[in-house]
Amino acid sequence: MEGLIPYITEPREDTGVTNGKIGIWLFLASEVMLFGAFFATYIVMRMGSEVWPRGWEAQNVPLGTVNTLVLITSSVTMVMAWASLERSDLGKFRMFGALTVGLGFVFLIIKYFEYMHHFAEGMYPRSDTYHAVYFTMTALHALHVIIGMSVNGYFTVMGNSYWEAGDRQLLINRVENSGLFWHFVDIVWIFLFPVLYLL
Amino acid sequence: MDSHAQSHAIDIDKQVRRYMVVFVTLLALTVVTVGVSYMHLEVHEAVTVALIIACFKASLVFLFFMHLVSERQVIFVVLAFTAAFFLVLLFVPILTILDHIHIWV
Repeated sequence: MEGLIPYITEPREDTGVTNGKIGIWLFLASEVMLFGAFFATYIVMRMGSEVWPRGWEAQNVPLGTVNTLVLITSSVTMVMAWASLERSDLGKFRMFGALTVGLGFVFLIIKYFEYMHHFAEGMYPRSDTYHAVYFTMTALHALHVIIGMSVNGYFTVMGNSYWEAGDRQLLINRVENSGLFWHFVDIVWIFLFPVLYLL
Repeated sequence: MDSHAQSHAIDIDKQVRRYMVVFVTLLALTVVTVGVSYMHLEVHEAVTVALIIACFKASLVFLFFMHLVSERQVIFVVLAFTAAFFLVLLFVPILTILDHIHIWV
């Protein structure tokens, strides 16, 4: 069909990158604005409040730290999945892809226990401004983790089909692009963790 | 293995070694961030230290895991616009707070 942006696996001459890569970066730009709005809201709420709990009083810092380490580790397994494809090692790609999705699960399970602890203490989004901000931002982030896990899970499972069909470069590019999203989710957490747990 | 494939494999090996160095650095900086929080600094000091470390960590992820260190100009143009609008997004609400407490009048 004419007029559609074509699937290409080699970089375009004019931009020097593939259409898919510029597409994912533009999408991430919109994501920066989405999370930026929430961070701006946090700043306004905190500066406008007479009382604001210190993060380490309201949160379980060791659990938050473990979750940070889990997400950083998942970023490494993600780039290792991409590097494995570049080395034409499909077995290792699947292993690192599965590890990335698994670490995403670990992150969500720890988050679940944190949420349950807050609920058991009677803390809900409606309880106060701090918890409204905390639940909104972490839930939005968790939603991104779930989306990233779904995409990475799809490529981990379907990688073999791409490989056998001869669409190797297409798979490598798509895994790199889904990795860019996953790393962005990691970066958001790198800021959320100190803002909500440590300050 | 032809010479192109060989140099590609060497390049990937080099990148993987770099990923490991970045990984260890990110873990260490996370421990430092948490360690500083246990010092219970004043809010403005804690914010400064935490944000400096977080920005450094994010830069490492951007540069190496997201391959910005070897990316094309068009991506940097996208990021420059994003950064400019992001700063506007952060500072406009703060200006309204400053105005509310009559800094400008």
